[in-house]
Amino acid sequence: MEISIIALPLIASIISGCFGKLIGDRSSEIVTSLLVTIAAILSAFVLYEVIFNDYQDNIVIATWINSGTLDVNWSMKIDSLSAIMLVVVTSVSSLVHIYSIGYMSHDPHKPRFMAYLSLFTFAMLMLVTSDNFIQLFFGWEGVGLCSYFLIGFWFKKETANAAAIKAFVVNRVGDFGFALGIFLIFYLFGTVNYSEVFELIPTVVDKNIVFLGIEVNAVDLICLLLFVGAMGKSAQILLHTWLPDAMEGPTPVSALIHAATMVTAGVFLVVRCSPIYEYSELALNIITIVGMSTAFFAATVALVQTDIKKIIAYSTCSQLGYMFFATGVGAYNVAMFHLFTHAFFKALLFLGSGSVIHAFKDEQNINNMGGVWKKLPYTYSLMIIGTLALTGFPFLSGFYSKDAIIEFAYLRGNTTGYYAAGIGIITAFLTSIYSWRLIFKTFHGEYNNKDIKIEETHESPLVMLIPLVLLSIGAIFAGYIFKELFVGYGGVNNFWKDSIFFLKPLSTEHPPIWFLVLTPILVILSIPIAYYLFVKNKNLPHQIANVNKPLYNFLLNKWYFDELYDLLIVNPSKKFGLFLWKFFDVKLIDGFGPDGISTLIKKFSLKANKFQSGYIYQYAFVMLIGFSALLTFLMIK
Amino acid sequence: MNFPILSSLILLPSIGALFLLFTKSNKDNNITVKYVALFTSLVNFFLSIYLWILFDQSTSEFQFVEDRTWIEGLINYKVGIDGISILFIILTTFITPLCIISVNNSIKSRLREFLIAVLIMESFMIGVFCSLDLVVFYLFFEAGLIPMFLIIGIWGGTRRVYSAFKFFLFTLLGSVLMLVAIISIYWITGTTDVIQLYELGIDAKYQNLLWLAFFSSFAVKTPMWPVHTWLPDAHVEAPTAGSVLLAAILLKMAGYGFIRFSLGLFPIASEIFTPLIYTLSVIAIIFTSYIALMQEDMKKLIAYSSVAHMGFVTLGIFTIQQQGIEGSIIQMISHGLVSAALFLCVGVVYDRMHSRLINTYGGIVSIIPKYSILFMVFTLAALGLPGTSGFVGEFLILMAAFKDNFLVAVIASLGVIIGAAYMLWLYKRVVFGKLVNLELKEMVDLNKSELFILICLAIPTLFFGFYPDPLIKTIEVSINDLISVHNINIVRN
Repeated sequence: MEISIIALPLIASIISGCFGKLIGDRSSEIVTSLLVTIAAILSAFVLYEVIFNDYQDNIVIATWINSGTLDVNWSMKIDSLSAIMLVVVTSVSSLVHIYSIGYMSHDPHKPRFMAYLSLFTFAMLMLVTSDNFIQLFFGWEGVGLCSYFLIGFWFKKETANAAAIKAFVVNRVGDFGFALGIFLIFYLFGTVNYSEVFELIPTVVDKNIVFLGIEVNAVDLICLLLFVGAMGKSAQILLHTWLPDAMEGPTPVSALIHAATMVTAGVFLVVRCSPIYEYSELALNIITIVGMSTAFFAATVALVQTDIKKIIAYSTCSQLGYMFFATGVGAYNVAMFHLFTHAFFKALLFLGSGSVIHAFKDEQNINNMGGVWKKLPYTYSLMIIGTLALTGFPFLSGFYSKDAIIEFAYLRGNTTGYYAAGIGIITAFLTSIYSWRLIFKTFHGEYNNKDIKIEETHESPLVMLIPLVLLSIGAIFAGYIFKELFVGYGGVNNFWKDSIFFLKPLSTEHPPIWFLVLTPILVILSIPIAYYLFVKNKNLPHQIANVNKPLYNFLLNKWYFDELYDLLIVNPSKKFGLFLWKFFDVKLIDGFGPDGISTLIKKFSLKANKFQSGYIYQYAFVMLIGFSALLTFLMIK
Repeated sequence: MNFPILSSLILLPSIGALFLLFTKSNKDNNITVKYVALFTSLVNFFLSIYLWILFDQSTSEFQFVEDRTWIEGLINYKVGIDGISILFIILTTFITPLCIISVNNSIKSRLREFLIAVLIMESFMIGVFCSLDLVVFYLFFEAGLIPMFLIIGIWGGTRRVYSAFKFFLFTLLGSVLMLVAIISIYWITGTTDVIQLYELGIDAKYQNLLWLAFFSSFAVKTPMWPVHTWLPDAHVEAPTAGSVLLAAILLKMAGYGFIRFSLGLFPIASEIFTPLIYTLSVIAIIFTSYIALMQEDMKKLIAYSSVAHMGFVTLGIFTIQQQGIEGSIIQMISHGLVSAALFLCVGVVYDRMHSRLINTYGGIVSIIPKYSILFMVFTLAALGLPGTSGFVGEFLILMAAFKDNFLVAVIASLGVIIGAAYMLWLYKRVVFGKLVNLELKEMVDLNKSELFILICLAIPTLFFGFYPDPLIKTIEVSINDLISVHNINIVRN
C-alpha cells in the first residue's frame, strides 16, 4: 500500500504523458486527478496509522547504486516526518490537479500539463520518503526538473523560458553545495543512509578537517554545505532570485510547487537532518540569520510589487524564512508546523489569485484591478480567509504556527534568538500590510481595468472553487487542530518520536504576556492602516514613494540582486567562455599547434624548393661543401 | 571455450565489408548494400550479447583467451576479455548497427564505401578492446584512425580536408611515442604479452617515461585539454554517422587504455602523475564547459561538452578507487549513448534544414514534438540528471575524487552547474521560443528509423540511470582486483 502512494502519481504521469493524445484531454485529466487523489487518501491512512498506532517502516524497493562501499537503495522510509510530508504533498497536489482542470481549460496542451504535475508529485514523494541522501538528491533534482518544465510550460514566451532556465541553474548552484555535502558525508562515514549517518554523527563532533585551506569542524561543514542546497531549493536570500521569476508558469504550478511543496524541501532537509544540525551551533546560527534576513528582505520587496503573483511569491519567500529561523533556533517541530499550515493558506492564496487572473483574462497587475469584490464573491471571501491565515490573524492556522515560531525564537534565549524574534514581529507586521494591500487593490476601490468591462469579469467555475473551499478549511482549522500534535507543549516527542532529534529539549516556558499579544495586535491594527493607505487615502503611498525615491526604487528592483548577478556572474561567464574559445583554443593551442606546425612546414618547404634549381653546378657545389664538411668532422674526431 | 568467439567478433564486420566490396553498388542497389552491412553488424551485436551471457562475473581472470603465434618469439595474436573490456565491446556492437541505420539521409554518395569504412572500423575497435598483446593493441588502436580519417575526409563538410588532417596530425603525434614505448617495454621485459606483463611488473625506474609516452597517445584521443582542439573540428566536418562513431566509441579507446595499460602496467608512475591528470581534467571540465556555453554551432557545442565529460572520466580513473573507476566506466558507456544520441539529434535537424547553427532554429517544439521529447531526454542525461545514466557516472566519480582531494572535487562539481546552463540554453534556443524562421514550418517529425534509433539509445540511458546494477556487477570484480594489485605494487615499492 505504501509503495502505491509513490507509484500512483508516476503511473498517472506516464499515462497522461505518453498516451495523452490517445485517450484525450478529458480522460488524462480525470486519470491523473483520480490517481493522485487516491494517493492522497492512502497518505491520510498512513498518517493515521503513524499517529495512533506508532507505525514506522523502512521499505526497500530495489538496489540503485552499489559500488564498493557505497550502497544505495530505492526505498521508502515512513515515520512521523515523512508521513506529514506525504499528506501535505498529496493533498495539495490532488486539489491542484482538480483545480487545473478548470484553470487550463483553454490550453491546447492539457495532457502534457497534467503529466508534469503528476511527475512532480512523484519526484516530491521520492524526496520526502527517501532513507538516504542520494535518493533525496534524486527527488531534489527531479522536482527541480519538473519545476523547470512547468515554469517554461508556455514555451513560446521568451520570459518563461528564461525563468525556467534560471530556476534550474540557480537550483544547481544550491545542488552543488548539497552534492558536496553528500560527498563529505560519504567521505567521513562511508555511507549515505540516514540511520547510519545519524548514528555516527556524535563520533565526529570534535573532528576538524582542512577544507580548501580552511580548518573547519566536520559537522559544521556538513551542515553548511547541505544548507546551501536548502537555500537554493527554498529560495533563501542570495539564491532566491529564481522564485519570483518562476511565476511565469501557470498559476496552479505556483500554488503546488512554488508555495506548498517543492520550496519547502529545504526546510524538510534541515528538519530531516536535525540529528546533524543539533551538533552544529554555528550552522544553526547561520540558518537563523539567513532565515530572518530572507523573511525581512522578501517582505519589504513585496510591499511595492504590482504583480499579484510576484507579491505572493515574495510572501512565500518570506514565510520560508520564518520556517528556517524556526529550525535555526532548534524548533524543528514548529518549522514543520508552519510548513504544514503554510501549505494550505499559501496554496489557497495562489489558487485564489489564479481565480482573479482568470476573471480578468490573464491580467496580473493589481493596479489594473479593483472594485470587483461584489462580482467575485466566492473568490473574494476565500482570498480573505487566506490572507487572514497568512497574516496570523488570531485563531486561524497562521496564528498558531507563526506565533509559535516567534515565541520559540524568543525562548531560545541567545542573541540571535532575540534578533530573530524581533525581526519576526516586524516582518509579521509587514506581511500584514502587503497582504491587505493586495486584497484592497484587487477587490476594493474603483475599477481600474481599461481592457475589460467590469461586467465581463466572472466568477470561476465550480471545479476551481471546490479545491479552494477545501484549502480554506485547512487554512482556518489546520492550526487549531494540529497544534497539540506538532508543537504539543506538554510532550514534544509523543508524535515525532525519533524522526526529529533534540539535543536539548525545547523550552517549555512561556514568554511574557505582552510579548504574546504583541504580534496579534500589530496584525489586527494593520488592517485599518492598510485600508486607510490603499483605499481611503490613495495618494499617501504615492507621496511616501516620491519622497523616498531611492528607497522605493531599491525595493521595486528587488534590492538589485538580478542586476548584481548579471554584472558579477552571468556576463563575465560569457566573456570568459568567449575568451577561452577564441584566444586559448584558436589562437594559442591551434596557432602554435597544428596550424603553426603546418605553416612552418609550408614555409620550410618553400625554402627547400629553391634548392632544386636544376643547375648541375649548384648541386655539385653543395655536394662539395657537404663532402668537405664531413671530412673535416671525421678528421677532427 | 573452443569456439573463437572474440576473433569472430573482430573478423565478422571485416568479412561483411569484404562482401560489400564485391556487391555492385548503384542507386537501386543501395538498399541491398545497407542490408548486408546492417545484417553483419546485427549478428555481431547478438554475438556480443551472447558473450555477455557467457561471461563469468565472479572472476577477474581474462576469459575467452585465444593465443596464436604470429611472429615466432616476438608477437602473439592474443585476445581475451575481463569485466573492463566487455562493456566497451557491447557498446561498439550496439552503436554500429544504429549508425548504419542512420545513414539514410546523411550519406548521399558512395554509400557502399562508407559502410565498408564503418564495418572495418568496428572490427578495429573490438580488436582494441580485447587485445592482450601490446603490439596487437597498437595495431588496432592506430588502424582505427584510418577509417575515421577517410570518413571525415571524404564524406565531410566544406572544411573536411583541414579537419581530417588536423585529426590525423594530433593523433599521430601521440601514437609514435606510444610505439617507442611498446618497443622499449619489449627490450626491458622481453615480452609484449599483457598478462605476463601484469605478473612481471615493470621496473619502477622505467615507468615514468613509459607512462608519459602512453599518456601522450591516450591524452590526444581522450581528448584531454590542451590537445582537444581537433575534436570540435572533426565533429563539425564529419557526417552524422561519423560523429556518432567518433564520440561514442573512438573516444572510449583512450579511457580504456588508461585503465588497462597506464594503471595496469605502470602503477607507480600513475600514482606520481595523478596530480597532472587531475589538473588537466579539471581544466578540461571547467574551460570546455565555458567554451561550450558560447558556441553557435550545435555540433561544436556537443563536441566541447564531450571534452568536459571525458574530463570527468580521466578524473575518475586516476582516483584509483572503486567508485572512481566504476564511475568512469559508467560515464563512458553513458557518454557513448548520450553523445551518440545528441549528434544524431543534430543530424536530424541538419538533414531537414542543412544548418547546424543554433540561431537557425527556435520554436520547433510544436512542429516536431517527438523529436523534442527525445532531444530533451538526452539533454537531461548530458547534464547528469539523477535517473539518467549520466548521473550515476558523474556522481560516483565526484564522490571518489572528493575522498582524494577536496579542491579537485569542488572545482569539478562547478562544471556540473555550467553543464546545466549550456545544455538547457542550447535546448531552449533550438526547441522552445517563438517560431521566427518560417522555413521551419515545413519540418517533418522523426521518421520511423530515426525514431527507432533514438528510442534504442534512450532506453538504456534511462534504464541504467535507475538500475545500473548490471553494469556495476559486470565490472566490479575486475576493478576490485585492479585496485588491489595496484595497491600491492605501491606498497612493494
